[in-house]
Amino acid sequence: MTDSLLNTPLHSWHVEQGGRMVDFAGWSMPVQYSSIVSEHRATRGGIGLFDISHMGRLEFAGPDAGPFLDRLLTRRVVGLQEGMVRYSLVVNEAGGILDDVLVYRVGESAGRPTFLLVVNASNRAKIVAWIERHRRADDDVQVEDRTAATAMIAVQGPQAVELMASLVEPPVSSMKYYSAAVATIGGASGLVSRTGYTGEDGGELIVPADTARQIWERLVDEGAARGLQPAGLGARDTLRLEAGMPLYGHELSEEIDPYQAGLGFAVQTKDRQFIGRDALAAMCDAQDRPRRVGLEIEGRRVAREGYEVLASGVTVGKVTSGTFSPTLERPIAMAYVRSDVAEIGTELTVAVRGQAVPARVVTLPFYQRPK
Amino acid sequence: MASNEFNPEDLLFAETHEWVRLSEEDGAKVATVGISAFAVEQLTDLVFMELPAVGTQVEAQQEFGEVESVKAVSPLYSPVAGEVIAVNDKVPDELELLGQAPFGAGWLVKIKVSDDAGLANLLDYASYQKQCAEDG
Repeated sequence: MTDSLLNTPLHSWHVEQGGRMVDFAGWSMPVQYSSIVSEHRATRGGIGLFDISHMGRLEFAGPDAGPFLDRLLTRRVVGLQEGMVRYSLVVNEAGGILDDVLVYRVGESAGRPTFLLVVNASNRAKIVAWIERHRRADDDVQVEDRTAATAMIAVQGPQAVELMASLVEPPVSSMKYYSAAVATIGGASGLVSRTGYTGEDGGELIVPADTARQIWERLVDEGAARGLQPAGLGARDTLRLEAGMPLYGHELSEEIDPYQAGLGFAVQTKDRQFIGRDALAAMCDAQDRPRRVGLEIEGRRVAREGYEVLASGVTVGKVTSGTFSPTLERPIAMAYVRSDVAEIGTELTVAVRGQAVPARVVTLPFYQRPK
Repeated sequence: MASNEFNPEDLLFAETHEWVRLSEEDGAKVATVGISAFAVEQLTDLVFMELPAVGTQVEAQQEFGEVESVKAVSPLYSPVAGEVIAVNDKVPDELELLGQAPFGAGWLVKIKVSDDAGLANLLDYASYQKQCAEDG
């Protein structure tokens, strides 16, 4: 059954350490090692260490790399300074979201401007095909899928930056949020960025696949005194939910546009052309369409994906992600609801397995780390 | 294991991870029902449990409640048919009892058995452990 699944370079470590392995987007990934709540709390209070090697890593090199990416992404890429990272979207001609991505301006590689695009594991094949479809014969850009050759490790939490200090040069502490640098990581050549998907400070490391285990084990050993725990996809999901971050396949899909999703900040239509630009420019806001909201749910039962949201007994939307928040110790959810009931403070109900449970629209994120 | 717990060797188990302790009370056959240590360990991060009210009639292999973890909600299946005559109301308020003493203080309901038919489907501890080893 697991024969056809892809393994990350850290797969054997996860299995040896009792990680509960599940199929995620065709990869065998740990959903948890000990408990989701314990791994979640370690990340909020100390450090959570995540294998995110399943994320797609696509490298673009050449004089046209920037202009080409500029045609694919909702946010300006040309003009991105070396070492900068940006959250952006890939949309289709109608403005529907194909993926949400991070684009890195890495620098020059053999005199060729180089960019990195980190895409969702579940969308990698689709995005690779999209890139090939929209590449013109005269574009001087080389695209290489670096996913298999590298590993990606997220080090997240209030102690994460200090832990990385002994292992990563340049030090992450000298870097701004959403910046990246070519780095020496545990003696290997890699890429470090001050980014993450947990709502905590920290970084993400991209290292050669054959060095991943040694670097991972060093982080585990040296992090133990700082409360580090390896953390699986279960905690990654509860952490991103508390942080109000959307997840493709749940809050984002080709049927959803950036404005409904509350991602208007990642769209720049002025003075530029990209696929889907005209459709997005015509939409401008989300008044006539369901909108993504955060819900705080009463009681202890979790409002899960697919559950209906109602206002005065009438269905007004659906839950897209829900969990029990380990930090707030109550159920939280994200949902798409009719725009007239999307205002903060609106009282709604969620149909939780036949019971109408009171819920309130609240500001996202649910959790913000103390500054 | 706490000393006031049942010895799992003396229990019967459903494939769906509920355990049963059979006893006689006032001439009637009574089943004390809980969920196994293996089930609790697999679920982890429990947040909610719903149990039936005393007097509820339950059917063998039918849902009588639910247990919810951060990750998922799982139905509780009654191993026997009969009437619920006692409910351990402490457990929904102290879900950690399930982890501390799944075969003791973490019991869930007592059912006055009306029909023995369901009992034939239950496993002894050794067979149940074998099933868990295959699942785990």
